[in-house]
Amino acid sequence: MGQPIRNVKDFWTGVIYIIFGSTALIIGRNYNMGTALKMGPAYFPAILSGLLILIGVISLIRSFIKPGTPFGAFALRGLILIIASIILFGFIVRGAGLVIALPVLVIISSYASIRFRWKYSLILSAGLTIFCVLIFLKGLGVPLPVLGTWFGG
Amino acid sequence: MELITDIGLGFSTAITLVNLLCCLAGVFLGTLIGVLPGLGPTATIAMLLPITFTLPPVSSLIMLAGIYYGSQYGGSTTSILVNVPGEAASVVTTLDGYQMARNGRAGVALTTAAVGSFFAGTVATALIALFASPMAEIALKFGPAEFFSLIVLGLLAAIVLAKGSLLHAFGMVILGLLLGLVGSDVNTGTQRFTFGMPQLADGIGFVVVAMGMFGIAEIIRNLEREDIHSTVVNKITSLMPTREDWKRMIAPTLRGTVIGSALGILPGSGSILGAFAAYAIEKKVSKHGKEFGTGAIEGVAAPESANNAGAQTSFIPMLTLGIPSSPVMALMIGAMIIQGIQPGPSVMVEQPALFWGIIVSMWIGNFFLIILNLPLIGIWVRMVSVPYHFLFPAILVFCGIGVFSLNNAQFDIYLMALFGVLGYIFVKLDCEPAPMLLAFILGPLMEEYMRRALLLSRGDPMIFIRRPISATLLAIGVLAIVAAALPALYKKREEAFRE
Repeated sequence: MGQPIRNVKDFWTGVIYIIFGSTALIIGRNYNMGTALKMGPAYFPAILSGLLILIGVISLIRSFIKPGTPFGAFALRGLILIIASIILFGFIVRGAGLVIALPVLVIISSYASIRFRWKYSLILSAGLTIFCVLIFLKGLGVPLPVLGTWFGG
Repeated sequence: MELITDIGLGFSTAITLVNLLCCLAGVFLGTLIGVLPGLGPTATIAMLLPITFTLPPVSSLIMLAGIYYGSQYGGSTTSILVNVPGEAASVVTTLDGYQMARNGRAGVALTTAAVGSFFAGTVATALIALFASPMAEIALKFGPAEFFSLIVLGLLAAIVLAKGSLLHAFGMVILGLLLGLVGSDVNTGTQRFTFGMPQLADGIGFVVVAMGMFGIAEIIRNLEREDIHSTVVNKITSLMPTREDWKRMIAPTLRGTVIGSALGILPGSGSILGAFAAYAIEKKVSKHGKEFGTGAIEGVAAPESANNAGAQTSFIPMLTLGIPSSPVMALMIGAMIIQGIQPGPSVMVEQPALFWGIIVSMWIGNFFLIILNLPLIGIWVRMVSVPYHFLFPAILVFCGIGVFSLNNAQFDIYLMALFGVLGYIFVKLDCEPAPMLLAFILGPLMEEYMRRALLLSRGDPMIFIRRPISATLLAIGVLAIVAAALPALYKKREEAFRE
């Protein structure tokens, strides 16, 4: 069974470019186009979206013609844990405060490593939390609570 | 002599205690991130930008500049000692530097790199001082059409120099330009692509994009091949090169400096192209060309001088034209704007102390670097073996707090996560993020210049071709793309990036 797609990277790049290009084109229809003399807010984006779609289409067509290299390993565990830890950090940082949010970020993210050890992760959390509270909160005055509103901070 | 009074002004600015400390802190951090695995200058500068906003403009730019050229030094240390380039510009140094280390000459290779870099840095600083004024004067004559074409040239150069497919890099540039337009349109106030979110009304912060695409995405990518990471650090015996070594160093260092300085000015390249070119040329012209790849000292001296020279001369277009030549320079521009300085040819006239202060600080910084790197090499060697699983959670913490502090908004944290995902997907698709970030910063500028140029020409797009400087700039850009797309050269380009 022959695979019709000979270059997965070209294929997906093409798809992404077309999605971005057409989304921009569709949203951009609501803005005023103007003329070349008096460019409206839609003028430049329209040119760019058109170009992006064109590039996407070429990439898509090329993916059926020219062979390419496979995807390679995909760090799904790393991707999910890292992104989840960042989003969770954003969610709880005001409510819980840095003393909770930072260790959560450090522990969840370091769990993505194959060398994860509870002991080291906890030491690292403690060290980074102290460092950040001193430097960012006390030193640079970043308005984040040490202990958040959920704990009456 | 105007130049002497200017440099005098620069010294009086750079030598204040605060600025000296900022310079030292900058080059120290630069060396550190150059040495630490998996952390490049773009991500670090993005991470540290929020901190520098609390400093006065001159001090913050001195520090950021120090991080950049400091990272070129640090990057070579890991190339030589463990065969892992600390950042992209020192990839070539691994070829002969690591071989020298395996032959028991690690110390000599490090000294060669440091001396070459110091010499190149000094020459490049002098070049900036000499060429900045005439460049700025030319730039003052630039109209919107010329600026538009200059930006186009810069973006085309970034496409040519990107790894992987030209087509994909082209797409990344267009995507970057589009993302740059998110927010209120300057002329009409129309909210573009904001999805009704008030947080996007001022546009997407470039620090957010840089941290996501370079910082976060890079971490995820490093995690996928964590198990093959092994560090065998070569022992350093003697730092002192022999008389024969010194002799063999001189010519390659000079050639590397010239090549690196020239290519550094080109938009889109920064220091990387210079290092590659210097190595390739040295291999051809050197008497010891056959020894290349087995530990030839020329193969360390030439690219190391070139990357440092290029790192510095890439400040010329940034400082005089306000047009960045690489993502790092784009971040510097962003830093200037946030500090309330409009980058461009007028900076020299309106803020001479800032301008010359930065230039003189670069020379002082290079002096600091040689002290930091040779006598203190032992510290850096220990840094090389810091395990990555301790490092990346710390990077995440700094990114998280740093990005929050920009607007004191959690929204930016989520946006950074989004760009992290996007960045990782693009990495997997062999689409390089550097051209995108450059385009992202240049997008609004490009639209504005295009708008003004077309207004002047009454809507006639031929204005870009009719004006000689503008036409020349565009022609160079198109030529570069066509040359890169030609089958014969295309193969060469692929080979060059594989090395």
